[in-house]
Amino acid sequence: MEVNETLVQQLADLARLEFSEQEKTEIKGDLQKMITFVEKLNELDTTNVKPLLHMTADSNVLREDRVIPSISREEGLLNAPDANEQYFKVPKVIRK
Amino acid sequence: MSATIDFDKYEVVIGLEVHAQLQTESKLFCADSASFGGAPNTHISPITLGHPGTLPFLNRKAVEYAIRLGLACQCRIEKENYFARKNYFYPDLPKGYQISQHTAPICNGGIVTIPVQDGERQIKLNRIHLEEDAGKSMHDQDPSFTMVDYNRAGVPLVEIVTEPDLHNSEEVYSFLTTLRRLVRWLNVCDGNMEEGSMRCDANISIRLKGETRLGTKVEVKNLNSIRNVKRAVEGEIKRQITLVESGGTIVQETRSFDAGNGTSFSLRSKEEANDYRYFPEPDLAPFHLTDEYLETLKQSLPALPDELIHQYVNQYGLSDYDARVICDDKATADYFEQVVKHIPKQKAIANWLLGPIKSTLNEQGTDMTGFTLPPVTLAALIQLVEDGKVNFSIASSRIFPELLQHPEESPLNIATRLNLLQDNNAGNIAPIIDEVLAKYPDKVAEFRKGKKGLMSLFVGEVMKLSKGKADPKLTNQLLAEKLK
Repeated sequence: MEVNETLVQQLADLARLEFSEQEKTEIKGDLQKMITFVEKLNELDTTNVKPLLHMTADSNVLREDRVIPSISREEGLLNAPDANEQYFKVPKVIRK
Repeated sequence: MSATIDFDKYEVVIGLEVHAQLQTESKLFCADSASFGGAPNTHISPITLGHPGTLPFLNRKAVEYAIRLGLACQCRIEKENYFARKNYFYPDLPKGYQISQHTAPICNGGIVTIPVQDGERQIKLNRIHLEEDAGKSMHDQDPSFTMVDYNRAGVPLVEIVTEPDLHNSEEVYSFLTTLRRLVRWLNVCDGNMEEGSMRCDANISIRLKGETRLGTKVEVKNLNSIRNVKRAVEGEIKRQITLVESGGTIVQETRSFDAGNGTSFSLRSKEEANDYRYFPEPDLAPFHLTDEYLETLKQSLPALPDELIHQYVNQYGLSDYDARVICDDKATADYFEQVVKHIPKQKAIANWLLGPIKSTLNEQGTDMTGFTLPPVTLAALIQLVEDGKVNFSIASSRIFPELLQHPEESPLNIATRLNLLQDNNAGNIAPIIDEVLAKYPDKVAEFRKGKKGLMSLFVGEVMKLSKGKADPKLTNQLLAEKLK
């Protein structure tokens, strides 16, 4: 798989990150190396092998439907980049 | 110009996505309260807020509710289940991904049977899957900020997705009404669209009749009542046909409905296509459902409204309309069943439910859940009418209101106390009849000349004078004799 500028830009957009042209060139090289490394796995014939979805053998880990109070609003808002007494504040999401 | 458009040329194809909040106590993946209406950001925890290192823990009840709904819709229930991450950035989604069964739904296929103008239609479902709700963003509290409340983040939802199998706004209305009744019936969701516990998005496209390919679909969102869904669908159909007829092209986009003026505006076009990069949620173990478990849930389902409606019509001889009204909500159907156990006069019970009881509830602004008269007492009142001790009008206008005030008193007691028992003593009725006949000598003469229709006038007058207490059968009999 070829890592090109379009792919790097797409990934940056999805991650909401901005890079300079020089950074993009570096990322392109790094990503290409990583993908080539992992592509080694394609040599293995996995026909008829079910995909492994989970790394543990656990299943049916369920809890009962009970409310257990956790943190207070004040505590919850402590780590917010911006807040008032009641709400988390974020930059305006839609134009109105 | 729109006057010249032939709307009938087109076939409309509609698919719905309905999100229903499950009525669990706690959230889908943590023990925060899932209830509606708490003060902002008071139902939160590190898990809800997506803090690093926190792990989701699946709510057993939410799984059960999703299966109950799936079984009621005759879905195929998937036994091997897992969740996936749907990745996107939005402030109401603290983790940066939504945990969802989008890629592997717990319920597959299925149907919802809806009443339509000429009978019934089975609307095909694509799936029902579990996922978590997002927080709530408020855009109008501050000019330069959006305020976010995470109480709703993580509340369990099922998403019910239909096939593109609906063809007009009436079917959409009927589908949503039926689905809302079902989720309430099963007690899995309160079905309140105004509070957002049931939400609907509609995918709408048009094509020329006979065309087999689907047209370009437009998604309409922000529909907060069943009536508004219907209005939005009607508006969108008209917009699309008018656009195509005037030479335009429909673009795939998401539009938001403005209930204020009944129009919609474009939110975003699908050109900036989303890439959600689904992958299995590594923090949640898969869950497996056994046949025994599914069988237990199946057995625990209540009789469903469709079954009851058919039973009431075919077995009890109720009209389709009466049967449907009784099965509008489970409380009414349950009450009906209770009364039937005491007195098997289904039609009479239906008349009481749809008549006096319904108007009383309307006056009190409540529903059947607020009706406290014991079913056995209503049965006793109906028995009084059946026995000819009082007529229906006296029973409903005099005894019933009194009974609501004194539910501990027997209907017979009340009838006796208020002196309402029907008089079947000929000695008491005969003088009243004489009085009536003396009052209308002309009518009596006309009757004797053959105007037999006047009989009802005489009976009515006797009833009036006896304050409704004269036994109608005996009155008819005595009148017939005197008028010979």
